[in-house]
This record gives sequence, structure tokens and C-alpha cells, in this order.
Amino acid sequence: MTLETLWFAIVALFWLGYLFLEGFDFGVGMLLPVLGKTNTERRVLVNTIGPVWDGNEVWLIVAAGATFAAFPGWYASLFSGAYLPLLLVLLALIGRGVAFEYRGKVDSERWRRVWDRVIIIGSWIPPLGVGLLLATTVLGLPLDAQGNRVGSPFESVRWDTLLGAVAIVGFSLVHGAAFLALKTTGDLRERARTIALRILPVGLLPLVAFLVVVQAREGKLWTLVSLVIVVLAAAVAWLRLYVNRDGQAFAALAVVITAAAVTFFGALYPNVLPSTLDPAHSLTIVNSAVSHYTLTVMTWVGAFGAPAVLIYQGWTYWVFRKRIGVQHIPAVHAP
Amino acid sequence: MDVLELARWQFGITTVYHFLMVPLTIGLSVLVAAMQTAWVRTGNPRHLKMTKFWGKLLLVNFAMGVVTGIVQEFQFGMSWSAYSRFVGDVFGAPLAMEGLLAFFVESVFLGLWIFGWDRLPKRIHLACAWAFSLATMASAYFILAANSWMQHPVGVEFVNGKPTMNSIGAVLTNNTALAAIPHTLAGAFSVAAAFLVGVAGWHLWRRRSASDEHREVWRSSLRLGGWVGVVAFAVLAITGDMQGKLMFEQQPMKMASAEALCHTEKPASFSIIAIGDVANANCEDVKTFNVPALLSFLAHNDFSTEVKGVENLVTEYQAKYGTNYPNDPALGSLAGKPIDYVPSLPVTYWGFRIMIGFGAISAGIGLLALWLTRRGRIPGGRWFPLMVLGGIATPFIGNSAGWIFTEMGRQPFVVAPNPTGVEGMWMFTAQAVSRLTAGEVLTSLISLTVLYAVLGVVELYLMRKYVRGGVDAVMPPAADSDHPGDSDDSEDSDDQALSFAY
Ligand code: HDD
Ligand code: HEM
Ligand code: HEM
Repeated sequence: MTLETLWFAIVALFWLGYLFLEGFDFGVGMLLPVLGKTNTERRVLVNTIGPVWDGNEVWLIVAAGATFAAFPGWYASLFSGAYLPLLLVLLALIGRGVAFEYRGKVDSERWRRVWDRVIIIGSWIPPLGVGLLLATTVLGLPLDAQGNRVGSPFESVRWDTLLGAVAIVGFSLVHGAAFLALKTTGDLRERARTIALRILPVGLLPLVAFLVVVQAREGKLWTLVSLVIVVLAAAVAWLRLYVNRDGQAFAALAVVITAAAVTFFGALYPNVLPSTLDPAHSLTIVNSAVSHYTLTVMTWVGAFGAPAVLIYQGWTYWVFRKRIGVQHIPAVHAP
Repeated sequence: MDVLELARWQFGITTVYHFLMVPLTIGLSVLVAAMQTAWVRTGNPRHLKMTKFWGKLLLVNFAMGVVTGIVQEFQFGMSWSAYSRFVGDVFGAPLAMEGLLAFFVESVFLGLWIFGWDRLPKRIHLACAWAFSLATMASAYFILAANSWMQHPVGVEFVNGKPTMNSIGAVLTNNTALAAIPHTLAGAFSVAAAFLVGVAGWHLWRRRSASDEHREVWRSSLRLGGWVGVVAFAVLAITGDMQGKLMFEQQPMKMASAEALCHTEKPASFSIIAIGDVANANCEDVKTFNVPALLSFLAHNDFSTEVKGVENLVTEYQAKYGTNYPNDPALGSLAGKPIDYVPSLPVTYWGFRIMIGFGAISAGIGLLALWLTRRGRIPGGRWFPLMVLGGIATPFIGNSAGWIFTEMGRQPFVVAPNPTGVEGMWMFTAQAVSRLTAGEVLTSLISLTVLYAVLGVVELYLMRKYVRGGVDAVMPPAADSDHPGDSDDSEDSDDQALSFAY
């Protein structure tokens, strides 16, 4: 395996980690108005991700950073090519991050209602935008020979990329519901499970549809295999939920998103951003990569850094492993 | 305005804004970890109260630092894509290292710290505070190494016409970075110090005649802040002097502009303050209060060195780096135009003085507050809270001015040429920008600025609320509040409420 291929896989891994971890974060935020009937219930929902959401978000930062470090051409063309969708993602993430921290800092119904709204909007937009961005990178942009986008600011907004956007939203929603079934107790847990059961088939349909489009255009034989796994794992997730096995259902959803990422990035490889104007302008893992020296340095950094991250981030999930319910929420304490 | 100008405004606004949160986070997180260490070692409840109070303000600020940082990470690709392609081989690496080695640690251990008071043994919980605060310094290290490379590119060669890194060691031990890092960290501590002095001084003063069970909390905080501020300023002056000497070698034009030094002088005098228009095109000497030969000393450690003036340097730069921009359509209206090598003189001249001046004022206020509160005294006059609260702003102003000076003094380069480095390793800012429509950048410039302004107001509101709330607002109301963190006996019932929840 060449260093370029290795780094393509590492970048894919960071995106996968992001979709998996912040996927349920987003789902929790989206379900806030549906499941959180009272303020205490909403606080339960927010606190299921309270200690971990920031660490989850760093996966996005590192996905971008690793792309920059290993494939600056890819980072530059994709991020400038999809400028406005990314701007929306940034604005939403800014509001959302602040909202978690500030929501409980003032004891006022109005204050909380405003921040709840910011959390909800801020949880719908980023998966849309990230889905659009990833769909764009596999389906391509009209790039000239320098890798610059030609045409309007909306070249990245098409029916097929929008399908990708909806796919990630749908997955996040299902994933969030399953996560809540796993992390809450009592009545909330029951309602989260019911919702997960009800929305799972509809929620994952766009993901499958999108992957079929990708497979039809760029697929290889082995990406077809992983596409089949996506469908099978989705069915398993539903069945496990049905028999009340939240943990196994959640694990099956992890398989869904992993297999989806394999299909997706497998279909993209060895391109990183095709040009829809002229295949000669397409960005590939070779023509957009940095030198071997830099890749080697980064490989060493990754070899030490990434396992450490997995260990201590895994440890946080273990520390905060207990299910929580309305009885665990302390009284509001703010000046 | 064209894309270049809009993108520059956006970068300047978003970065300066990010750097309002960052130094407070860095400085305060280390001081809070130190307070918690004191509590764990002595068991003195005063230290716990300090940890909780300053820790809460730290969290209010931290959230804003995180969300504004994400914009920074994305912005290189979004609006500076030509720059990202050109320097990606060197510049991406420290950025990715920052994410992998610092941001993960920061965010994960902060989460553990906030929510872990009753879940973790005391010492592990304390270790989380240290992990988090040391990681903020690590992130400063990596990002400043990246920034210093733009000021002084090292560790690179040209391979097939592209800059290619040949030594990560050289990039991470760039002498520019080794001077800038302690300088910036000291700047961060001066921010946190002024914050402690201001808030604690106000609390002391407010209940100066009534009895106040928390008086010792405020007194300790004020004294800690005062001393940290004084030491930070000493470090700032020493490391700033080192930076000045490097700048004299590496970016002589920035040095000359900082002084608005039009003509070469030997020995060169240092201008304390100018009356008149420093940007005057005819380069008349408008300076008044000069200290003879001090500039020579700042530049080269002796009182006789020649310091080159702007006019001579322009000729030198033109000979070395060209007189006109290349005739490349990517440069837009600048294509083929003459290159203006002189940075904005009012910005550099005043930026340099505001940085030093406000930093000195901040340390001075700290020193004064230490003196005025010596041996149990509390000043009674209304001017005291005004002074210490106003003092909070001074190091923020100093920091911002320092960055604006550094970054705008580097213009027209985004990667400044290294006089002793590889031939041709530089990039003009005009070449760095993405091929976007002005509408796109205008949209982001306006929406980000408006959102930042709104959130800035919210943060200030919350800060004020929690400052006023004092110790009582942050201590857990429960009776056993003396022993949070003591739950090694984790047989607590399953329905017990969390000690902290959002
Ligand atoms: C409270 C903040 C503060 C204070 C009191 C000072 N500085 Fe500073 N200075 C900064 C905050 C700062 C900064 C914001 O942190 C900068 C911007 C870039 C950097 O590395 O640090 C900076 C940059 C900076 C540079 C530019 C380096 C470059 O462009 O390569 C020089 C020459 C100095 N400083 C010198 C000084 C001197 C001689 C000081 C004397 C006391 C001083 N600074 C006080
Ligand atoms: C956090 C502290 C920083 C502040 C306050 C700051 C400030 C600024 C300002 C005011 C500008 C606008 C200059 C102009 O338009 O003339 C600018 C430009 C720029 N800075 Fe910095 N900067 C900071 C750190 C950095 C770092 C760490 C990097 C790189 C890692 C960086 C890279 C750039 C780039 C790429 C530009 C755009 C080109 C330009 O207009 O010069 N800056 N910065
Ligand atoms: C333009 C260059 C910069 C980029 C791309 C950048 C990127 C980021 C990002 C993505 C975050 C959020 C991390 C998280 O989610 O935990 C962040 C926060 C932070 N940055 Fe920056 N940053 C820049 C400038 C600086 C500078 C110059 C410093 C220090 C001297 C700095 C120090 C920090 C620190 C300490 C934090 C964490 C604390 C906080 O969020 O307040 N950054 N930055």
C-alpha cells in the first residue's frame, strides 16, 4: 500500500469517526422538541451528550486538518468549491456549541427556549451540509486545470448531492434515537425506542438510495458488497430494537455507517474530487498529495496520536456510561 | 470591494476575535488547575471556591473559543485555497498535529473535568484539569509554529517548482516560533492576570466595610493575578526584545515600519510617540520624543548599528522580489501592477506602541493593586474598582494590537521571504486568495461578523452575571459540598442526582 493510499484511508476514517460520533449528537439535538416535553426531559437529552459532544466535534476538525496535511489540493478545492454550504455548517456549529454551554446558565424559561431553538437548528444544518460536502467530493465539481471551481457558487447543490445531504440527516436522526434508547431510562427510553423503530426504515432509505447512485456511477465489486452489508445491518438494527436490545441495535448502526463509508470512499478512490468538466482535471490521491517526507512525518504523528485518542476518548464514554433519567437531573442552579 | 479585500477583512476580524477568547482560556485554565492543585494538597475550602468560581468563568469563555476556532480551521481552504495549495506541504502538518495532539486532549479532558467532579477520584479529576490546560498551551505551540513559518519560512526546498518540507524539526524549532511562543503565552497570562485582579478587586472593594465570608477568596485571587501579571510582563519584554532582533534580520521592512523610520539611521533612535501623520508620503520626520540610539539597541544589542529606513528597503526589496506583480489573471486588478512593499505605517507604528503601552499599563495596575491591598488593606475610593475593572481590557488591547502589527506588518506578503532561506520561497497575499465570487465572501463576512457580535454580547452578559453572582452562585448547594470528588465509594444509589448537569 502506498503512503497516499494509507492517508486516503486515514482521512476516510476521520470522516467515518465524525459521522458516527457526531451523528448521534446531531440526532439528539434534532429530537429535542419531539422527545423533550418538559425542561427536565430536555435537560436529560442534552446531558446524554454533555460531556462528549466537544470531543466528537474535534473529529471534524481533524478530518479537515488531516485532509489539509495530506491532500492540500483536495482540501483547497473542496472547501472553496462548496463555500456557501460550508459557511452554513460553520454558522450552525457556532450557535450549537455555544448553546449547549449557555443553555442552563440562566434560570429563565425564555432564555432556555431561545437556546433550545439554536440547538435544534444547529443540529439539522450541519449533517445536511456535511452530507452535501461529502456527496460533492465523490460526485464531483466543475474544476478547471488549477483545481478552481468554475461556474456559480451553487455548483455543489444538485439533486444527487442533496440526496447525499438527506442521507446523512436521516442516518443521524435514526442514530440519535437509538443512542437515546441506550442512554436514558424510564419513560424517555421507551419513547426513544418507539421513535427509533418507527423512523428507522424511512430514515435510512435516503442513505441506501444515495449509495446506490454512487455505486452505479463509480462503484467497484467490493463496494457492492459493503452496500449489501449496509442494508443487512440496517435490518438487524431494526430487529434488535424491536426485541429491546438497544446496545446491539446501536452497534448495528455502527456497522451501517462503517459499511456506508467503505462503499462511499471505495467508490471515490483513487480520485479525491473528480472534475465534471474534464477527467484530466480530476484531483486524485497522487496529484493532490504532499511529498513523501511530509506523509511519513504525519504517519508517525498519527501512529502515536490516534491510538491515544481512541483510548482516552473511549475512557470518557466508560466514565459516563450510566443511563440517565429525569431523577438524575439536579435543580437549576444559576445566579 | 474585491474578493481579496473581503477575504482579508474576514480573516482579520475572525482571527482577532478568536484571539480575544484564546489568551483568557490559556491563562485562566492553567491558573485554575493550579488553584485546584492547591485545594487537593491543602484541603483548604478557599482554594475550592477559587477553583469553582474562576473555573465557571473559564467555561463561559471556552465555549466561544472553541466555536470561533472551527472557523479558523476551515478558512484556509475556503478563502485562501491558492495559499493552501502552495504551502500545504509544510503548513498542513502543524495544523493537523494541533488537532490530533492538542484539541482532542483539550475537549475530552475538559468534558471529564466539568462533569467528573463526583465521578472521578480527586487526583484523577485534578489530572484532567492539568491535561486540559497543558493542551491549550500545546495548541498554541503548534499554531504559532505554523504562523511563524509564514513569517520566516524554514525547513523547505523546491521540488518540481513546489515548496516541499525537508525538515519538520526545522519547522517546529524555527527561531521565530521559539521567540513568539513564550511571548504569546506570556501575553495570555497577562490577560488572565488582569482578569483576576479586576474581578477580585471589585469584589473586595464592594464588601469592604461589611463582613464578607469570601474575602480571602478575593484577596488570594487578586494577589495571584497581580504577581502573575508582573512576571508575565517581564517575560513579554524579554521575549519581545528577542522577537525584535529576529525581526530586524528576518523582516527588516516590518522593523522599519514599526518605527516609521523613513531614512536609514546610524545609530537609530527609538520614537516613543509621534505627533503628526506617520503615513506622510514625503517621509518628513514627524517624530518628537526620540530616545537616541535605542532602536539600534533593540535591533542589534548595541548602540551604533545602522537600521535601514523604509525608503532604502523599498529599493532593496524591488531588486530582490520584483517591481511588479506577475501578469496573471488570478491576481485580478493587481495583475501587472507595481508592488507596494510598505505596510500601512500608521497601523504598524501605532500597533507596536499600543501593544507595549497597554501591556505596561496592565502590569502597572496589577502592581498598584498589590500595593494598595497590602496587609489586609482595601482601598475605599470609587476609582479603585474603575481602575481594576478597566484594567481587564488593557492586555486584550495589547494582544490584539500585537497581532495586527505582526500580520499587517508582513504585507504585501502572506509568506514573507526568508533573507537567508531558499531563493523564491515567498508568496504575495494577492496570490493566496481563492477564486470565489465577491458575493460569497461578502455573505460570509457579514454573517460571521453579525453572529460574532451577537454572541460577544451574550458572553459579556453571562460573564457579568457570574462575576456578580460571586462564590455562592457556583458552589454546589448541597450540604456535603466540601467533599465533591470524594466518591471512591461509588456505591451511591442509582437515583442520586448528578453533581453537575447542563
Ligand atoms: C499583552 C500583550 C503583549 C505585550 C505587553 C507585548 N506584546 Fe509583543 N506581541 C504580542 C503581545 C504583547 C502578541 C499578540 O502575542 C504578538 C503577536 C504575534 C506574536 O508572536 O505575539 C506580539 C508580537 C510582537 C512582535 C512581532 C514579532 C513578529 O512580527 O515577528 C514584537 C517585535 C514584539 N511583540 C515585541 C514586544 C516588546 C519589545 C514588548 C515589550 C514589552 C512587547 N512585545 C509586549
Ligand atoms: C490568533 C492570532 C492572530 C491574529 C489576531 C491574526 C490577525 C490577522 C490580521 C489582522 C490579518 C489581516 C492582515 C491584513 O489584512 O493586512 C491576518 C491575515 C492573515 N493571517 Fe493572521 N492572525 C493571527 C494568527 C494567525 C495564524 C496563527 C496564522 C496561520 C497559521 C495566520 C495566517 C494569516 C493569513 C493566511 C492571513 C491572510 C492574508 C493576509 O491578509 O495577510 N494568522 N491575520
Ligand atoms: C488562524 C489560525 C488558527 C486556527 C486555524 C485555529 C484553530 C482552532 C480550532 C479549530 C479551535 C477549536 C478547538 C476545539 O474544538 O477544541 C481552536 C481553539 C483554540 N485555539 Fe485556535 N486557531 C488559530 C489561532 C490560534 C492561536 C494563534 C492560538 C494561540 C496562540 C490558538 C490557540 C487556541 C487554543 C488555546 C484553543 C482552545 C481554547 C479555546 O478554544 O479557547 N489559536 N483554534
